[in-house]
Amino acid sequence: MKLEELANQSSEWMRGQGPESDIVMSSRIRLARNLSEFPFIRKCTPKDRIAIAMSVHRALDSLPLSADTEYVDVAKLGDLDRQFLMERQLISHELSESQGARAVILDPHERFSIMVNEEDHLRLQVMQSGLDLEAAWQRMDQLDNQLESKLTYSFNKRLGYLTACPTNVGTGLRVSVMLHLPALVATKQIDKVFRALNKINVAVRGLFGEGSQFMGDFYQISNQTTLGKNELALVAKVREVVPRLIDYERKAREFLVNESRQDLHDNVSRALGILCTAKKISSEETMHYLSKVRMGVNLGLISDVKIPTVNKLFIHTQPAHLQKLCGHKLSVTDRNIERANYLQLHLAKRPESEIN
Amino acid sequence: MKCQHCEKPATFHITELTEPNGPSVLHLCEEHARTFLSNEGTATPASALSSMLAKQLKIKNAAEELATADKKTCPICGITFADFRKFGRLGCAYDYIAFEDDLQPLLVNIHGSLQHVGKEPSNQTGSPERQHRIMQLKVEMKEAVEKEDYETASRLRDKISEVESGNESSWSKDALEDLGDDFQSDTPIV
Repeated sequence: MKLEELANQSSEWMRGQGPESDIVMSSRIRLARNLSEFPFIRKCTPKDRIAIAMSVHRALDSLPLSADTEYVDVAKLGDLDRQFLMERQLISHELSESQGARAVILDPHERFSIMVNEEDHLRLQVMQSGLDLEAAWQRMDQLDNQLESKLTYSFNKRLGYLTACPTNVGTGLRVSVMLHLPALVATKQIDKVFRALNKINVAVRGLFGEGSQFMGDFYQISNQTTLGKNELALVAKVREVVPRLIDYERKAREFLVNESRQDLHDNVSRALGILCTAKKISSEETMHYLSKVRMGVNLGLISDVKIPTVNKLFIHTQPAHLQKLCGHKLSVTDRNIERANYLQLHLAKRPESEIN
Repeated sequence: MKCQHCEKPATFHITELTEPNGPSVLHLCEEHARTFLSNEGTATPASALSSMLAKQLKIKNAAEELATADKKTCPICGITFADFRKFGRLGCAYDYIAFEDDLQPLLVNIHGSLQHVGKEPSNQTGSPERQHRIMQLKVEMKEAVEKEDYETASRLRDKISEVESGNESSWSKDALEDLGDDFQSDTPIV
């Protein structure tokens, strides 16, 4: 499998299917694991890092899993390839930017990835389109069991799976749901909702952007504690918050429609118009308008664009993806032109041009 | 009153109660207040952790106690508690044992619990206590070799491979007695 092949396909989590997929983009489960015979990453020598990567690679080779997965040596990848994997959320910023031996094991359908030598020796993540945390946990549990049969994890009866940061100790589990909340943002209610969530120990962060600048109105909610509750209880804790958020978002959308359906229709149609006709466009501007279009499609105000196409465009119009898709490096200005071309190709000449 | 960060009038007066050095009052314009408030919820886990640690140690420990805790060193990876406080990351799994007393209040603060519930690996030979025992045995073996007591050294070598392979017989009473008082006194924590 070449990374170029990934560039042309949609990830599992971009499919736009599954329960509540008009608001819930994806469900994600992550596990942190460490191998008992090595120190944690910050005390690993370059040799330790190589030995960890080799142990994991060897373990993988002895599992049926290896037939369908690709072991990618991240240390050997160039800047563009690392950024590309980051944009697809297959590797983290930390794995991309750190030094020394490190790797990622990829499922060709992008339903899971395993990072080696990130903050912990192993970071397993499972992704699923729509709201389906239970299914994601089942798959994660099986993946973890397979690896565990070949590797000795650092574990202690009292504190559970031992991790480099005490915030992950115990289950090592992070359950997250990525939500598209454009109406809560538009009605300026998003902060209120988040303050309420923080009170019940659920963390919220924006996606696609840094600090307080959240692009595309995507937010991720996840559990804050990992010790003292079992995996299913942690899954349930995040799971029970989601219907309320979905409900708030739907009410906010209803409010916008009732306030003035015509204004809203105008607003989302103009967004689509800009994306279809612009000759150069930045990533920020693209996300801003794609978010409006996504809501417009889900409210039935835009009829000739499909959700999987919009989902894919959020990822495929990011810098490394554009460069990967056109096959060479591009300056910022050239990227803005290429991005406008790409958007036109996929939005203006619909529906024939829709890939996937 | 002017905003603390610019020339605009300060229209927001925020009292921050979670600062490590006690409550602090901020006077900000609307723009800076919004930035401040939106950053609050998005602090990285590492920065949240270090501020939590700072706060907790301030409350729990007098300066002396803190200095004592800071000097504690893990016998396996060699980091001090001060190193951990600085980086927010542990050096090895045995740190959870070596810094147990100092980590406990932090774990309670983060998770509200000190007891793992949930999945366990079928192979449980990966405990930090076992790593520590192997290291102790290796030290003893090295000492035996230096004293040219090859009989003890060879017995210790066999024990190390037994412990490493997870063979439970190495934990029998006889085996422990063979290793002398030092080893017996190291009661397993789990």
